[in-house]
Amino acid sequence: MPTASIQVKGLQKSYKQLQVLKGVDFEVEKGSIFALLGSNGAGKTTCVKILATLLKPDGGTAAINGFDVASSPEKVRQAISLTGQFAAVDEILTGRENLILIAKLRYLDDPRQVADDLLRRFGLTDAADRRVATYSGGMRRRLDIALSLVGNPQIIFLDEPTTGLDPEARIEVWKNVKELAGSGTTVLLTTQYLEEAEQLADRIAILHEGRIIANGTLAELKQRFPAAQVEYVEKQPTLEEIFLAIIGKREGK
Amino acid sequence: METTKNRFFTDISVMLGRSMRHVFRSMDTIVTVTITPIAMMLLFVYVFGGAIDAGTDNYVNYLLPGILLMAIGSGVAYTAYRLFTDVQRGILERFHTMPISRSSLLWGHVLTSVVSNAISVVVIVLVALIMGFRSSAGVLPWLAVAGILILFTLALTWVAAIAGLSAKTVDGASAFSYPIIFLPFISSAFVPTESMPTVVRVFAENQPVTAIVESIRALLSGRPVGNDIWIALAWCVGITLVAYAFAIRAYKKRG
Repeated sequence: MPTASIQVKGLQKSYKQLQVLKGVDFEVEKGSIFALLGSNGAGKTTCVKILATLLKPDGGTAAINGFDVASSPEKVRQAISLTGQFAAVDEILTGRENLILIAKLRYLDDPRQVADDLLRRFGLTDAADRRVATYSGGMRRRLDIALSLVGNPQIIFLDEPTTGLDPEARIEVWKNVKELAGSGTTVLLTTQYLEEAEQLADRIAILHEGRIIANGTLAELKQRFPAAQVEYVEKQPTLEEIFLAIIGKREGK
Repeated sequence: METTKNRFFTDISVMLGRSMRHVFRSMDTIVTVTITPIAMMLLFVYVFGGAIDAGTDNYVNYLLPGILLMAIGSGVAYTAYRLFTDVQRGILERFHTMPISRSSLLWGHVLTSVVSNAISVVVIVLVALIMGFRSSAGVLPWLAVAGILILFTLALTWVAAIAGLSAKTVDGASAFSYPIIFLPFISSAFVPTESMPTVVRVFAENQPVTAIVESIRALLSGRPVGNDIWIALAWCVGITLVAYAFAIRAYKKRG
């Protein structure tokens, strides 16, 4: 039996001539937060879309709870939830109606109660009966994540959850994500913010030009930082420096 | 676990509830699909009507079928718009990663189009009654009229679905409806085709709106419908089948 919630092996994907994923491998352990870190266009979203059954891979395999995403998408959809790059909320409905809609589609017994609980948990109770069109960016994102939690899916994909948010809203989202992992949910998040990966993730994989070029805990990644340079820096290396150093080294080859 | 078939109908009803809320919450939708055709009807009856010789003493009776088709033509543009918004906002992607019936979102939009267009048709018919529209038709002809209008709505809705699913911009999503709204003008909807120059007349007499308008007119006035109804049905069913195939293809492409 596989112990990993997510298993990705040799994943490949091209859009016409452009090869976006050139053989991506990683595993995500159950109940952990895994960050896929990379710059724009590195293939993070493509990776998440394949895992969320929205795209078919050209090569390699991806499995969620042991089910192949390409051959048993229905089984995979039972276990996952996606929070895409842009808040997928219904602007014309209220926050509460959005949550009830998803709860109904997930065949939950008491959609109203589920909505009330999540509204409270995400600090949206006061805004619950306002149309989402009137929400701020941070509120939309919180509602978006709340929608993904309806029905307690085992695995949650967060594609750049804080892109475009102000610092305050970002910290709020971070708090919510940390609580998630605390409750046993497996989280795969993509980010281009190094600090975000550093703050949230148990393990970090760096996706660069279609391949994973580094994968480990923050401590492990820090060890890979070239020792010779450590002598000259006074502070601990930030992940940003690690990131740039690793990329630079590979490109130098 | 629920059977797939049960899920399909339950999911569709949830989706229908959602997009009907969209319809009732956007004033511009209601204005465009109901008030605009009513304004057209008032304009044609009370402003142009006196100068138009349609060979009838009750111009409202003559005009109503064309007005209903125009209302449906502008109504389906909103289906394109709503589908486009769902694609752009990532709502379609969210639904497609959930364990729900795949096509329920699309069917929810299509049924919403049928229901909301039916509502605006009823409102327009009521206004027409106040303006002097009278029909001697019994229950069966009325049902036949309802059937034709529903088929016409379905045909245009599937065309709208293609536009909504494949458009790159919001303008593109609704642009397809302009020719549809314009078609009744080059048909027998407002004036008899006999008054038109030959080229225009040939076009007018062989495009779907004329056959549909003539069928509805005949049904409502208790005249025999003749071949028109078969031509009308053939157009509606033909457009529906072709547009459905393309819309489903566009839908699958979207994940």
